[in-house]
Amino acid sequence: MKAQRIGLWLAGIGLLICAALVVDNFFDGVDVSTLATSPATTTPSAEIIDKGRYLIQAGNCIACHTARGGAIMSGGRAIETPFGTVFSSNLTPDPATGIGLWNAQHFWRAMHHGRSRDGRLLVPAFPYNHTTLITRDDSDAMFAWLIHQPAVVQARPPHTLQWPLGTQAALAVWRSLYFKPGLFKPDATRDAEWNRGAYLVQGLGHCAACHSPRNALGASGAVNDLSGGLIPGVNWTAPSLMDNAQTGLADAPLQDIQTLLQTGKSGHHHTSGPMAEVVQYSTQYLQPADLQAMAVYLKSQARLTQGKPGPTTSMAQRPVLPDVQTRGAALYDKHCAECHGEQGLGIAGAYPALAGHRAVLQTDTTNLVQNVLYGGYPPATAGNPRPFGMPPYILTLDDKDIAAVLTHLRTQWGNRAPEVTPLEVNRIRASQGG
Amino acid sequence: MFSIVRCLTLGLRFLTLTAFFSSANLHAKGFEDSMAERTRPCTACHGDQGRAGPDGYYPRLAGKPAGYLYNQLKNFAQGRRHYGLMTRLVDPLSDAYLREIAAYFSELKLPYPAATQSATRIPPAVLQRGQQLALYGDAARRVPACTQCHGDRLTGVQPQVPGLLGLPLDYLNAQLGAWQTHQRQALAPDCMAQVVERLNSSDLVAVASWLSTQSLPQDTSPSTTFAARGVVPLPVCGSAPELKAMP
Repeated sequence: MKAQRIGLWLAGIGLLICAALVVDNFFDGVDVSTLATSPATTTPSAEIIDKGRYLIQAGNCIACHTARGGAIMSGGRAIETPFGTVFSSNLTPDPATGIGLWNAQHFWRAMHHGRSRDGRLLVPAFPYNHTTLITRDDSDAMFAWLIHQPAVVQARPPHTLQWPLGTQAALAVWRSLYFKPGLFKPDATRDAEWNRGAYLVQGLGHCAACHSPRNALGASGAVNDLSGGLIPGVNWTAPSLMDNAQTGLADAPLQDIQTLLQTGKSGHHHTSGPMAEVVQYSTQYLQPADLQAMAVYLKSQARLTQGKPGPTTSMAQRPVLPDVQTRGAALYDKHCAECHGEQGLGIAGAYPALAGHRAVLQTDTTNLVQNVLYGGYPPATAGNPRPFGMPPYILTLDDKDIAAVLTHLRTQWGNRAPEVTPLEVNRIRASQGG
Repeated sequence: MFSIVRCLTLGLRFLTLTAFFSSANLHAKGFEDSMAERTRPCTACHGDQGRAGPDGYYPRLAGKPAGYLYNQLKNFAQGRRHYGLMTRLVDPLSDAYLREIAAYFSELKLPYPAATQSATRIPPAVLQRGQQLALYGDAARRVPACTQCHGDRLTGVQPQVPGLLGLPLDYLNAQLGAWQTHQRQALAPDCMAQVVERLNSSDLVAVASWLSTQSLPQDTSPSTTFAARGVVPLPVCGSAPELKAMP
């Protein structure tokens, strides 16, 4: 009798939770039954369409919604997540496989509420926790550009998410926990430039999608949480943009931040990995005023107090073994010194200095190892159209070699950072199938 | 006393700084703002000036037609050829820069080494079969001769068709095999895929073997015109549309 009552209570609570989830997710207040009424969206002007192109670039939509070798925005790019592979949607105006049957209302609902044309909940690999912040006008302009592109027939391959993670019920639970539709709210205590920067960084730019840590359920931090983290799937670390020790944003002149976003390179610093892709497809095309606004906002988020004084002390705790030192020095002379200089000073305009270089001294060595294993070029942009590059060393140096040479350059020329272990190198090498 | 210490410290600092700058200058002296410098990531594997790597898997780049080299860079970027290291290198680069890199290597005229493969180690019947296919094709199976597209000296044809001589046997076998399994593709329509489809594995090994035993002719540069059309009509090539325009 008692068990029965408890059972009834539990069933009742379960029903209530279900009802709450349904209410939370399925009454989004957007009427999509009618075509968009605003003339700006039914017959948009050339200016609106061009603004849409610009906003699509600001959101770096192209990078995810274009497969390798595929038509632009036709989707099908595989995005690896810890829960399975998600494939991006075809955003060209093909009626059957793209957004040909959508109207601006549908598109707004996708951007603002994270729901497809038929009301289906979208997987949060689409960063709708960020796009929800954008204005209706911006959403309409983006739609206007998309709908005026050539239609491409390309069905999206089904996601391969582990059951039940891709189901609507699971997505509803996830959304109740981590997603709330809401527009960007300007901070009245800040000026227009700061607010424009915040709007771009938190909204379309979706910087926190990489620059904040993801939890066990794959949720990134709040849209203004730029505290950095390992980017799942690709094995690059997005530095904390709030910790000045990691980025130097607080000390950097605005112009340097802007130049890095515009050209992929600023002084001895350049972008690599996923950030190079962001510069290549997105930020290099942004107007200087917008880049400056982003720089102003980002600079305001960098805190001097979070600098980690760790390296020097841990150096004292763990001296580098003499044979590692010798090996590292020999490898540096053989493979690195020609470009980066015997004193780690680099060559201005071509090869970065390693002495005192922030990227060399990071506690997290993921990106450093990536750069040595795979080499690479910074992105070719209008401001740096013919970049110099670095060869891959994955075939010539083993894990111990790379660990030794990285340890060398982290402990020379006044650099004081902890030793790199072969295990750290192997973690990246093994995860990339190289 | 204090000022002496201060003076010494300053002097030492000055010396250290001079040492820093002079060593930087030394390196700056060796540094030249050139395409050779900018293509270091390429030549690390493909050998100095793109003369080919030592192990047979990194082919020569020097002197290959610029259009061919550019097409290959794009093939890696667009997923028609698969090699992670190449893909990562070309991904961030613009078409204009890739064209410049391709043109740079195409203009390097380096002497070719003698044929890498000794003919004595391959059965004569295999070599004969390979030679037959390379020079005459196989009309019954609609297989054109290699020379029909790759030039009568097999040194390629400007600007898109590569030469077939001076390549290691391992590389040739790997490429023809990759075409057979669709791992290597070219711009559609993929004419080379159609030719390979008409051949079996032993044919491919025979052709690769014969090609790898041939030394280059006196004039190693790619031809400027195609050889006279053979008995087998050529498939249309997306990567070399000019082939279609032949008489």
